Amino acid sequence: MSVRHFVSVFDIIGPIMVGPSSSHTAGAVRLGLVARAILGEQPAEALIELHGSFAHTGRGHGTDRALVAGLLGMKPADDRIRHSLELAAAAGMRIRFAEADLGQDAHPNSARLTLGANQRRVTVEGASIGGGMIRVTRIEGYDVLFTGEHDALIVVAEDRPGTIHTVTGLLLAHQINIAFSRVERRQRGGEAIMIFETDDPIPALIPETITDFYWVRWARHVPKVTD
Amino acid sequence: MFDSLAEMVAQAENRGLPLHEIVLQAEMAHSGKPRAQLRSRMKERLDVMRRAADEGVSRPVMSLSGISGGNAYRFWQWLADHEPLTGPILSRAVARAMAVNEVNAGMGCIVATPTAGSAGILPAVLLTLQEARGFDDEALVDALFTAAGIGVVIIRRASVSGAAGGCQAETGSAAAMAAAAATELLGGTPRQAAQAVAITLKNMLGLVCDPVAGLVEVPCVKRNAAGAAQCFIAVDLALAGVESVIPPDEVIDAMASIGRHMDERFKETALGGLAATPTGRRLAQIVLSANPFTVSVGSQSTG
Repeated sequence: MSVRHFVSVFDIIGPIMVGPSSSHTAGAVRLGLVARAILGEQPAEALIELHGSFAHTGRGHGTDRALVAGLLGMKPADDRIRHSLELAAAAGMRIRFAEADLGQDAHPNSARLTLGANQRRVTVEGASIGGGMIRVTRIEGYDVLFTGEHDALIVVAEDRPGTIHTVTGLLLAHQINIAFSRVERRQRGGEAIMIFETDDPIPALIPETITDFYWVRWARHVPKVTD
Repeated sequence: MFDSLAEMVAQAENRGLPLHEIVLQAEMAHSGKPRAQLRSRMKERLDVMRRAADEGVSRPVMSLSGISGGNAYRFWQWLADHEPLTGPILSRAVARAMAVNEVNAGMGCIVATPTAGSAGILPAVLLTLQEARGFDDEALVDALFTAAGIGVVIIRRASVSGAAGGCQAETGSAAAMAAAAATELLGGTPRQAAQAVAITLKNMLGLVCDPVAGLVEVPCVKRNAAGAAQCFIAVDLALAGVESVIPPDEVIDAMASIGRHMDERFKETALGGLAATPTGRRLAQIVLSANPFTVSVGSQSTG
């Protein structure tokens, strides 16, 4: 655990979680939850690729069950996590697991989740960095960085003037304060991904409204995954 | 919050307040949340701890991997008609410490205190003192704030991660946190609570993290039992006025230094110590050979 400016008593006495490992289990549930939220619905199919320690000791730590539990919408303290593979099968979710080398820069506890449902498909890559904390590092091939410790609004849209203004204007109209924001694009005038981490929950109306703009490909609210 | 136990103790002494109150006020100041909300959040954690401890002694709980489990229940049953050398209080704390860690290994719900692998010690110590000495839940919530304050200082000066500092950093920190909490609960002064931290940590310095197959069970479950015992020894000594020659903050710094110099094989890599014994390697092969990451589940699965 890295030393932050302030360590809360609930970082020490917590999180409440099902075992056996805060990084291999609780963090994995949170990665699954974030990926589910980015897809925007429960996935019908999932390819789960495990890297490093996740691949090597994941089974004994229940990392496979934890990731799937997150895809089912469970939180780290959910007693049903240990049964998640069976529950996913019962829900008709098709899941494949594979080992993958996500590169030298990837954290040892990393996973790539490729999810599909109806017409939607999304690839999310992230890591469990200790104590149940996570960071999401790639979405649809864009390099990103967010932690799930705040509510987030993610927008993928044409890279054109006024997009950020439009989004922040909507957030302002709902009195939602932005804690952090980040914009990444692959090339000028192409597509860009925007991530706004906020201090307050984001009403469903906001991503819906944004998605209605013709130059926006998709927008999602990713609720925070910490307590 | 606090960078040293010396600072925390000095503030408590100057203001004539117990450590738990100093910690709670610091958390209120940082988070902007009211006292009642922080206390009820802590109470919620106490309830989860109690459920885990109760579950682990009331039935045999096996680990997910199947290589360990059921020992807390076995010991609890044995205690019913035997007189343990460790006496009625410590023996029950030992049972509860193992119980919580077995529940953890079985994918049950626990509170990481400070980590999942060391989650048995603090609940075991506090719940057993409640049973033996009649403390109410409010007193236990106070004690959890004391424990948290110690953990904050340890994180700021050292680490609570086995991967960074070995088992001393996990079960050592947990036992030290529990020792301060228990000392204060039993009427000790802030200074005595800090001394209990120093004595506990000193007795656990150098402990390596060498889990079989990299899993949080062998030897973690029994190390939680040992952590509870070290805690009780230190609490009694501190309450009697025994002090550590090396001050508490310097002991924490020594732990940090030992952790930094500890060979990587002994920092949760499963490459050394018990993990590298013939039996440890054999168990690892059994666990890891059942690699699930090539299988499918769901309607496409052919089993």
